[in-house]
Amino acid sequence: MTLFALRRLVLAIPLLIGITFISFLVIQLAPGGPFDYIRGEESAQDSKLVERLNKEYGLDQPIYIQYWRWLTRIARLDFGRSFQPDAKPVLTKIGERLPITLFINLIQMIIIVALAIPIGVASATRQYSLFDKITTVFVFIGFATPDFWLALLLMILFGVQLDWLPISGLRSLNYEYMSFWRQQADFVSHLILPVTVVAFGGLAGLSRYMRQSMLEVVRQDYVQTARAKGLPEPVVIGKHALRNALLPVVTILGLSLPGLIGGSVIIESIFAIPGMGQLMVQSVFSRDYPVIMGNLVIVATLTLLANLFADLAYGLVDPRIRFAGRRGRRRR
Amino acid sequence: MGWWIRAFASRDGGGGDGARMPTAPRARRGELGQFWRTFRRNQLACAGAVVVGALVGIAILAPALAPWDPNKPDMKRILEAPSSKHWLGTDQIGRDVLSRLLYGSRISLAVGFVSVGIATLIGVLMGAAAGYHGGIVDGGIMRLVDLMLVFPRFFLLLAVLAFLKPSIWTIMAVIGMTGWMGVTRLVRAEFLALREREFVIWSESIGAGALRVIFKHILPNALAPVLVAMTLGIPAAILTESGLSFLGLGVQPPYATWGNILNDGKDLITYAWWLTLYPGLAILITVLSYNLLGEGIRDALDPRLRQSAVGRVLRLGH
Repeated sequence: MTLFALRRLVLAIPLLIGITFISFLVIQLAPGGPFDYIRGEESAQDSKLVERLNKEYGLDQPIYIQYWRWLTRIARLDFGRSFQPDAKPVLTKIGERLPITLFINLIQMIIIVALAIPIGVASATRQYSLFDKITTVFVFIGFATPDFWLALLLMILFGVQLDWLPISGLRSLNYEYMSFWRQQADFVSHLILPVTVVAFGGLAGLSRYMRQSMLEVVRQDYVQTARAKGLPEPVVIGKHALRNALLPVVTILGLSLPGLIGGSVIIESIFAIPGMGQLMVQSVFSRDYPVIMGNLVIVATLTLLANLFADLAYGLVDPRIRFAGRRGRRRR
Repeated sequence: MGWWIRAFASRDGGGGDGARMPTAPRARRGELGQFWRTFRRNQLACAGAVVVGALVGIAILAPALAPWDPNKPDMKRILEAPSSKHWLGTDQIGRDVLSRLLYGSRISLAVGFVSVGIATLIGVLMGAAAGYHGGIVDGGIMRLVDLMLVFPRFFLLLAVLAFLKPSIWTIMAVIGMTGWMGVTRLVRAEFLALREREFVIWSESIGAGALRVIFKHILPNALAPVLVAMTLGIPAAILTESGLSFLGLGVQPPYATWGNILNDGKDLITYAWWLTLYPGLAILITVLSYNLLGEGIRDALDPRLRQSAVGRVLRLGH
């Protein structure tokens, strides 16, 4: 298994290089540059300044040289500095933002898993019951609801009309003056809306998938056998069926990670949460090349790692899986 | 987003479909009839089909249906709540929201159809090449698919769009070019299964060239799942477009799209809820009916395909 993990890690490197090269090309080939804002008025002096800055940052070089320089620096984990006036190192900027995005995604994941599995099991074991029909309707609506729209509706309802929950940022203005517990409560109340929104669509998806997986499993012979030897139904479902039905769900969770991280872009910009998604939007608009590239590298690396963990976890929960194959992705 | 593309990722080729199409596998009249009979029994799918038809009609007839000029500001009627005159209210420069929604449906549907068309075209060509030729072609294409799938698509879209001049054409192209991986996998799997079948081997044995075998003999038999993927891809593309427009990276004003009406409304949620509620409802209804239609087509075409719920989950929070 260690060998398998190592092999996957090594294989991931060309993948990462491919991803960064494509992104680099797209970003650099597009018209406009990070220092265009200086050129506000068309005076010769400003143009010279822009030229000088471009030269200083190596932006006048051919693109393959720029990419090579960037790549050799990344190999030494030097992500460079932001082009923004604060000129902070890219890693510092990302380091400030990453924990909050990961935290929100983690909470969301826990909520989704904790709710979706029971819902999926319940609607599978009572197929075509009223509960099953209601969840099916919910699932279809969940698929069709744009998350940013749901965010706005919840903001209107709970933030504006009822005035129960804060709708932007992570802290209240008077955060500094609160007691410790008030601070925690304040933080949680800021998280309720964003987490609800991101969990909504995922909940629909995963509960549907859980239902499907469960429906397949309960038709299997070993479930019949378990019933035939007189085990009570909760044991049959909870022990014999559920364990097997959970297997594909593990893979799905791993595969859904790029989507989760990508989803944080819109949610973070609506709720003004200082996370990776917001940083990405800001740096894209200000053409902050080092930050954009740094973001992409970090996010892609996290995704690759998550996929790897999902594959390994799958092997752990299902002893039938061997990691001998040339490639680790299993298809049902 | 991008969930639909993997809707069939779990289906690896590998035989087992001998019973479906014996030797001359084109869809015959009888199969079409069978399809229609199954489809008609699915009430939700029929409802979806009706709404989709109505939406297409609305998009085409928007100029005739719209009560006001969608782009004409009226400074005397700024942010009016819904009334008998402006059924869905007016926006911050007095434009009629209903008319803008009607015109917006044109953009949404156009983006949906064209970008899915692009994605399908790329996907079919890549998948056919990978599945038919195998070997190094297959290896290369599938590595590229892996690379694209690993990437958070929305990050990529964001990075690309911020650097291109935003227009409806760039949106279509970019959504299409980042959404072909699922179709590729799907078509490849079909090709892997079909290329060993007798009718393919026979036509090869009488000297048919690769292109002829691919396009004349294999592809027509692999189209059913592609059709389903397309139907389910349109709503996904519409959702993506509205998300991008909402961030201001999509179709630019003054053209009305559902996403940019929502964008206009987001700073006014305290005063003008109608700017937020109605465009979102329009997206919800559209996406919902396409999904119902797509699932109905899939179930009617081939009950075996029902198993592939995998992809749906990949929408987890987009």
